[in-house]
Amino acid sequence: MREQMPKQDPQLRRKNFDEVALGFTSTQAQAEAKRCLNCKKPLCVQGCPVEINIPKFIMQLAEGDPEAALATIKEKNSLPAICGRVCPQENQCEKLCILGRKGEPIAIGALERYSADWGRAHQSDEPVQKVEATKGKVAVIGSGPAGLTAAADLAQMGYQVTVFESLHAPGGVLQYGIPEFRLPKEIVEYEVKNLAKLGVEIKTNYLIGKTLTLNELFDQGYQASFVGTGAGLPYFLGIPGENLNGVYSANEFLTRVNLMKAYKFPEYDTPIRLGQRVAVVGAGNVAMDAARTALRLGAEEVSIVYRRSREEMPARLEEIENAEEEGVIFRLLTNPLRLEGNEDGDVTTMVCQKMALGEADASGRRRPVPIPDSEFELPVDTVVIAIGQGPNPILLQGTEGLALNKWGYIEVDPETQMTSIPGVFAGGDIVTGAATVIAAMGAGKKAARAIDRYLTEKEQ
Amino acid sequence: MKIIDKKQLAPGIVQFLVEAPLIAEKAEPGNFIILRHKEEGERIPLTIADFDREQGTITLVCQGIGKSTQEINEMQKGEAFLDLLGPLGIAYPIKKVGTVACVAGGLGVAPLYPKAKALHQAGNRVLSMIGAQRKEMLIMTEEMTAVSDQISFSTDDGSFGHHGFVTDLLRQTLEKEDVQEIVAVGPVPMMAAAVKVAKEFKVPIVVSLNALMIDGTGMCGGCRVTVGGETKFCCVDGPAFDGALVDFKELMSRQRYYHEQEQEALHRCRLEEAGK
Repeated sequence: MREQMPKQDPQLRRKNFDEVALGFTSTQAQAEAKRCLNCKKPLCVQGCPVEINIPKFIMQLAEGDPEAALATIKEKNSLPAICGRVCPQENQCEKLCILGRKGEPIAIGALERYSADWGRAHQSDEPVQKVEATKGKVAVIGSGPAGLTAAADLAQMGYQVTVFESLHAPGGVLQYGIPEFRLPKEIVEYEVKNLAKLGVEIKTNYLIGKTLTLNELFDQGYQASFVGTGAGLPYFLGIPGENLNGVYSANEFLTRVNLMKAYKFPEYDTPIRLGQRVAVVGAGNVAMDAARTALRLGAEEVSIVYRRSREEMPARLEEIENAEEEGVIFRLLTNPLRLEGNEDGDVTTMVCQKMALGEADASGRRRPVPIPDSEFELPVDTVVIAIGQGPNPILLQGTEGLALNKWGYIEVDPETQMTSIPGVFAGGDIVTGAATVIAAMGAGKKAARAIDRYLTEKEQ
Repeated sequence: MKIIDKKQLAPGIVQFLVEAPLIAEKAEPGNFIILRHKEEGERIPLTIADFDREQGTITLVCQGIGKSTQEINEMQKGEAFLDLLGPLGIAYPIKKVGTVACVAGGLGVAPLYPKAKALHQAGNRVLSMIGAQRKEMLIMTEEMTAVSDQISFSTDDGSFGHHGFVTDLLRQTLEKEDVQEIVAVGPVPMMAAAVKVAKEFKVPIVVSLNALMIDGTGMCGGCRVTVGGETKFCCVDGPAFDGALVDFKELMSRQRYYHEQEQEALHRCRLEEAGK
């Protein structure tokens, strides 16, 4: 039997911002690790975007050696405490686990988290083995998962790395987007501190494209740069009433709470105004984060409004279940048509339409079609739009000669992650559009290798 | 980020000279910065009221309205702000068009000044009009006088200059002068009124908006404004827009949305002080 990770009780946790999942105990971790068959041809590794030697670290845990297990993970993954929490393992390593064919796959994510947390508890004061920076200067733009991974790998290859971050705290989406109860900020800070121990310099409040341009970085002696600026521009629905008061992008809603700590208002100066009836539009992980945050801020009724059905919801199953347990209402096959407000300009009503699933569309998913005469009014005081993000235009507009694709993302050579500007590489959401933390990390890793190759060849 | 100098311009309005060489190097009229004065502080957008590339300094003008801005104004020479990000926003395009009317209300003088200065340097005839509630609230009058070919003042209570609104001065100017462009910055109702006058005289008008924002880099969308029926982000598409196209009613209501919380934070802050 697969070990179940203990969680905070739903009735308690919906009122606090403490972490929901509590992690394996050492007994659980060892028992779970012992289930691993240690396959000769491990399929799980194929499912890992950063190629962790999964069976090896699990065997080390089975032998009761978390220190060795963590060292194995860290050969490939510089942010294990984060990945162990937010990676969609069920679609990656665990999906391919042979045990999953007849029963339940090994809880690889939980074991990764256990190893990383062990390290945080036991090794936090230990010096990290630092590689002397002899190979030149590289700039990393954006300190989200792609940038942090590229920075760590490049530092370990012997480069002097500077990370430029526009916000006042590093981490990108890990900092402003993912809430405390899913990824404590203490963990992000710990991982960033480890990066600093590797010799990486992090400059916050530095907006490349404005404070300095990408091309000026070359003048400052950086021989290559990696752009990992993410997908930070919020999309709106484009329906009437979207600029009424009380309508937030998920980015604004989560940034106020996570980065600016509005949940601690008035200890912190940034407020968040929230009504009793909250509707979150969208059904991805960001939507779940927003809905669960709204509950914790004290909203009476929080619902997810989504035009397709449960099957098509893009959020991780775990997050959907967590949201449900905490009391989030799911209004599925429901499409918002317009928002209406009162004389003060505050939103009061979401007019919706019921949908049914029709024929499959190009993506293979069944297309939602409106049911005639099914309009109804949903009373709301707060609406959060969580339907995705696009590329932030600042760096892109401020950089001459940078080729973009038709969606406005940066075009790269798929082999090398190099952009149309020689020496400028890119990866993560700014190339692929909004995806996962681990996919961004995979891109950061690949780019780091390509940058090393590029600079080594140039040297010769 | 060190405060090199500080000057009280009017009750509740403070001017800071801040060491910020990187920002000064890139600043252009119309740009703004985001400032956080301490860990618990809000991210406060402030216009770059002036900059000196050689000295590596920028000038900021802050009105103490909420808790963060009041605390900022209590900071002293020699202290440093925690975070300063910029220059942000799209610079105001400076062209030689002939005669330009520069209109400011209240704190709007701070964002107006660098534009007026650059317009003047570019060879335009600059006619400035500055309004405030009362005489002691008029700020940066000397600086504005130095970059204007003509300058006039108004106060709501008649304590200085024209007794009435600054838009009266604009109307008078447009009646007798051939003006090619108007730049208006100030409280939203004042800008809305200026746009009305400009439309009457069919003169193009640019306004600079100060919507509520968090990051200032296009990420949160809190500063969205409707311009010509389209949603724009004040931080990355602005802050200057064609005044004739701005939905001021919506902007006014969005500005108000956090008023209660602002008051609550201030109230608690005073209670804490009283308890000390």
